[in-house]
Parts: sequence; C-alpha cells; structure tokens
Amino acid sequence: MTALWAALVVAAVGSYVLKLAGLSLPESVLNHPRVQRVASLLPVAMLSALVLVQLVDGGGRYRLDWTTLAGVLAAVVALLLGRGLLLVFGVAIAMTALLRLVS
Amino acid sequence: MLRAAVGIGLYAGAFGASFGAVAVGTGLSVAQTMVLSLVLFSGASQFAFVGVATAGGSPWAAVPAALLLGVRNAFYGVALARTLESRGLRRLVTAHFVIDETTAMALGQDSARAKRYAYWATGLILFALWQAGSLAGAVVGTAVDPADFGLDAAAPAVFLALLWPSLRMVEARWVALSGAAVAVVLIPHVPAGVPVVAAAAVAAVAGLGRGRGSDSVRSTAAAPIDPATTTCSQEAR
Repeated sequence: MTALWAALVVAAVGSYVLKLAGLSLPESVLNHPRVQRVASLLPVAMLSALVLVQLVDGGGRYRLDWTTLAGVLAAVVALLLGRGLLLVFGVAIAMTALLRLVS
Repeated sequence: MLRAAVGIGLYAGAFGASFGAVAVGTGLSVAQTMVLSLVLFSGASQFAFVGVATAGGSPWAAVPAALLLGVRNAFYGVALARTLESRGLRRLVTAHFVIDETTAMALGQDSARAKRYAYWATGLILFALWQAGSLAGAVVGTAVDPADFGLDAAAPAVFLALLWPSLRMVEARWVALSGAAVAVVLIPHVPAGVPVVAAAAVAAVAGLGRGRGSDSVRSTAAAPIDPATTTCSQEAR
C-alpha cells in the first residue's frame, strides 16, 4: 500500500468519524435547553459563514470574482422576490455564465 | 422539496465531475478518486485532499487539510442529532450524509418530519449523483470547465437560498451576520476550514448568552403566517 493510499484511507475514515461524533453526543447533553439553543443556531452561523467563504476565499487570500458576485446578487434579488431554490440557482449561474461569455 | 433536492443533486453531480477530472488530472487513480467520493464524501475536504496530496510533498500533509474542512460536519451533526433520531446501527448509516447540503436542506423545513425527509432525500440523491459525476469526470477528464457555466456562483447562491427562511428572525440574522463576519476576517490568518468552524463560536455565544429568547423570535412583517423555522420551533418548545 502506497503512502498516498494510506493517507487517503485515513482522511476518508477520519472524515466519517467526525460526522459520526456530532450525531453521537449523549441525549442528556442534546436535551439540555442551552445545547438545543446553540444547536439550532449552529447551521445559521456556519452556513452563512460558508456562503461568504465560498464567495471571497481565494486560497487563504481575499479574492472576489465580480461575475460570481453578480450571480449571487442576482440570486439575492430572486430571493427577495420570493422565488424558490431552483429559480434562484438558475438565475445565479445564468447571470455569471452570461457575464463571463461577454466579458 | 423533492425538486429542490434533485436540483441540488444535479449541481453536485456537475461538481462531482469536476472533482473527478481534477483528481485524475493531478495524478490520482480512478480507484483512489472513487474511494474519496464514496467514503470521504464531503466535497470541500475531497478537493483539499487532492490539492495538497498532489502538490509534491508528503501525501500525509493532505490528511489534516481534509479533516479541518470536515470538522464542521461534526457541528452539523450536533444540530441534526435530535431531529434525525438515529440510534444504534442506523446512526452509522445516517452519519455518512451529514454534510453542508443536507444540513442546509433540513434547516429550511418546518417540522421534524419534513426535516428528516429533506435530509434523506437530499443525502441519497446527492450521494448517487456525486458518485456518478465523480466517475464520469475521472474517466472522461476535463472536457468542460464548470466555471464556464457559472457553476461557482451556484454554491453560495444555493446555500443562501436554503438559509433564507431562517433569516426571518432577528436573532438569526445577527447570528448569520456575525458568523459570516468572523469567518471572513479569519480567512487570511488560519488554514482552510477553520473560518467556517469558528463561526460556530458565534452560535455558542448567542445560544448560551441569551437565556430568554421569546423577544428575539419576532418574525418580520414580510412573513407573518409562516410556521416557525428551526430557531423558533426550538425555542417555542
């Protein structure tokens, strides 16, 4: 087994263990009201962080591609108009692809 | 909901294809690429692993890079644990699908039942299409660049859309803004994966610091009759 294979298996199994660990907190902890409050806010904090990181992280440096930004802003407009996920998705990629095509 | 899950699956399939193409293009075998997609199954971690493992140094350097990006899944698991109610052997299967997309889709639903359905539908569809995409990309290679189709705008747009209903509540808005701000400030200073995990601290501060809650659950006038989303329903119990 090469080092690459070994590292790959360790990373894959480690990633699975991380997923399992979060689900495996004892119920007595999960049922605690404070833990529930934090747990309910976790996805909001982390997914909004994820959106911004995806937008401006260029490998440990700030990098903002204006066509991507325009696509996401178009998505925001669609969301403000009350549109659903698929239309928001379509608007974002259409806007970005179009701007890339013409620029 | 199912249409949204299929939509997310299709976009994941496209990203899976780019992953497969990048992995094989930088020197992994098709088998190694597919083990990553099947077992590691977490897009950002997979890209990080391939990027570091094939950069020329020791492949072991790729392990912490991939795992740091996987830490957030542990936090997602904490958030999902009560909703998913998986015990024993079933939990071993459930855990495999704890990723950004399934967490976000579950977040967007109102009832626990709908959250479970969203989790499983998104998880299974995305898993199938991620594998199909990875294999196609690994075998066919970089025939097309996903960036040409504007797909890099898709990820932030999709997660924003899934997050959107939760932002009706004032407290959630502050948590979202603060979490995003913390992550953005940290980007140049910490390894990849840490900024998003650091945002969890904001949730901890907001959740532990404020015991009350009832006054922070006010919906905006824009959505007066919408049923409670995560934060509301948790706090209303």
